Amino acid sequence: MFEIFTRLANWLAYDLVGLNPDTKLGSSLHFFIEDTSKILFLLIVMIYLIALARASLNLERVRAYIQQKHRVMGYVFGSGFGAITPFCSCSSIPLFLGFTSAGIPLGITMAFLFTSPIINEVAVIMLWSLLGWKFTLAYIVIGMVVGIIGGMILDAVKGERWLKDFAAKAYQAAASETREHEVDVPEAPKLTLAERHQFAKDELREIVGRIWKWVLIGVGLGAALHGFVPDGWFAENLGSGQWWSVPAAVFAGLPLYSNATGVIPVMESLIVKGLPVGTTLAFCMATVAASFPEFIMLKQVMTYRLLAMIFVILLANFMVVGWIINGIGPWLFAGF
Amino acid sequence: MKHVEVLGTGCKKCVTTAESIERVAQELGQSVEVIKVTDPAKIMAYKVMSTPAVAIDGKVVHSGSIPERNKIVGWLES
Repeated sequence: MFEIFTRLANWLAYDLVGLNPDTKLGSSLHFFIEDTSKILFLLIVMIYLIALARASLNLERVRAYIQQKHRVMGYVFGSGFGAITPFCSCSSIPLFLGFTSAGIPLGITMAFLFTSPIINEVAVIMLWSLLGWKFTLAYIVIGMVVGIIGGMILDAVKGERWLKDFAAKAYQAAASETREHEVDVPEAPKLTLAERHQFAKDELREIVGRIWKWVLIGVGLGAALHGFVPDGWFAENLGSGQWWSVPAAVFAGLPLYSNATGVIPVMESLIVKGLPVGTTLAFCMATVAASFPEFIMLKQVMTYRLLAMIFVILLANFMVVGWIINGIGPWLFAGF
Repeated sequence: MKHVEVLGTGCKKCVTTAESIERVAQELGQSVEVIKVTDPAKIMAYKVMSTPAVAIDGKVVHSGSIPERNKIVGWLES
């Protein structure tokens, strides 16, 4: 079904520009054209369709759904909604406070915020088209597990003690009263098809406007790796999944701040060149989910102690995930 | 004079929102006072979860996006 993009790339890179497919430059350019055209096409179609479907999902309703859940399911739903709810990272703080002041435990709110940058429709579409459904599914499960476990640990150590005063007070005030009464989910706004279309159009413009450069940068880097790193280079040097390659990947990913869009094409190339899947995922998560801009924002509602704790929990999670996937990877991605 | 507050933790969209309200007010010849509210505690007090949000005379009228022009006109003329 995606053959048309391969043909487009053949025609542009080999026929029109006249490059030889066997050269580094030729194979890099081919890769770049094929992937950018395929990804941009899929993104435009899918973002529009998904936005049509979720036009009536707003944060107030999501919050009520989460409040209704039992504690343990709360983490799962927090993380799940973090994956599917559209929200701009500049809304993190109001969202955090909106959840907290409704008495939702810190760990559940953070499960939402941890998962949100890792899983979103753009990441899923790109993974699916580049790496196939098996890998996409594994990525979604891992992204949710990182969020759920991270949130549970935060609650287990009673992280809410280290919220800033005003946030802690709002949480306590709400937590003592909301247990008593049930929360009703506000009714979904009744939207006409025209309103849904308008919403989807705005979403499409907003998201594509924000991410197209990341697609180009990510695919560009991926293409360079693809053409210039010899096949099997990683496999020869790191392929047996040396244990230290995972923490090394996490620390390499930390200072890089990218969103999932930019890093996924790089992941594809790394995996194709033989970097173990767990190591690659650890690198990706560290790049995407632990970002300094996000931490600086959270500073408005958290003390340094809590921030440091969150940071350590995240890093430990990425490493454990990396090791586990490296351990079971050969079995999980047999034939990949 | 209308008292307009733009709620948001300081992202680009909030700035754009404040600017467009000021511009529309000027076009309509209305005098308004536009204030950017970035204090998270105040935003929380308004129970707003998606920013940028707009409150007029202490009442939230919009949240989650840069408001469209005709919406702004509606608020200012009401």
